[in-house]
Amino acid sequence: MNGGRAAPDAESRAPRETFPLMRFGVIRFPGSNCDQDCLHAAGAVMGQEAFYLWHKETDLRGADCVILPGGFSYGDYLRCGAIARFAPIMAPIRRFAAEGGLVLGICNGFQILLEAGLLPGAMLRNASLRFQCQMTRLRVERGSIGPFASAARTGELLRIPIAHGEGNYYADAATLAELNRNGQVLFRYCDERGRVASEANPNGASENIAGITNRAGNVLGMMPHPERACEAALGAEDGRLIFESILEWIRARRISSAA
Amino acid sequence: MRARVTIMPKRNVLDPQGKAVVRAIHQIGMEIVHDARVGKIVEIEIAGNDAESVRPKLEEICRDLLSNPVIEDYRLEFEK
Repeated sequence: MNGGRAAPDAESRAPRETFPLMRFGVIRFPGSNCDQDCLHAAGAVMGQEAFYLWHKETDLRGADCVILPGGFSYGDYLRCGAIARFAPIMAPIRRFAAEGGLVLGICNGFQILLEAGLLPGAMLRNASLRFQCQMTRLRVERGSIGPFASAARTGELLRIPIAHGEGNYYADAATLAELNRNGQVLFRYCDERGRVASEANPNGASENIAGITNRAGNVLGMMPHPERACEAALGAEDGRLIFESILEWIRARRISSAA
Repeated sequence: MRARVTIMPKRNVLDPQGKAVVRAIHQIGMEIVHDARVGKIVEIEIAGNDAESVRPKLEEICRDLLSNPVIEDYRLEFEK
């Protein structure tokens, strides 16, 4: 965004855009409950065009970025995300992701991406066995680059909240090594000084992993909720950096495809 | 015909539920138990009586939906 952190006013922001508004498609599964927050963050706060996509739809309606929101899709039956994975909307999402389209899975959305095999690994119940609802600090492991963290610096600390019972990211040693080698770990839980310590790990996740991308970098899954951290009134604004990165990426892509 | 699918967390994967169950068992004074793991059982009703002909399809269901091979193992059994 040009002005950085201006007031969240879609009406006044829109005309300043030189490009048509970006289109954010927010998927709604039965049991999604962060869909409205995502729509608000992408639409009202970031001043873009945001719309819902029902899980039974088979077309992404020209979305530039697809968001799988948090919640308890299909009641978390069987395993979190296990049933949502087979929803009709997942077929076009797979194609979109394969073509380089931006897919952001938050919380339950991350779990769905894991179950769908769009990201490696799986989610276990929190080591504490408690639902953890709290502010966390994330260290950006790979900033200034890519679709989701270009607006942040590597090593920058973000305050973004979590709210989940199953966010204990698990992958075997070989997969973890590959994630590290390819720079696919985007966020790790850390303490106030940026140390990736076990005390700063809210759920027992392997290597304090809070968010990973696929190999190509266009699919991000993260347990923390950036859409809940986009406005000072809500106590945190660092989530905006992720949305700003997405806008930057799409804008650059539009410029290069127009040239 | 009925099939029974038993799904268990893999041995090398932390099972927080199992740990909590062990703690609770110890709290009621039963120190003889030193480990427990929590899984799930799914009973499936199938038409016909030929287990071997439906086995490949059921294996697929177990692999793709009922279990997550990253963290779980399953066992498929048939009851006549």
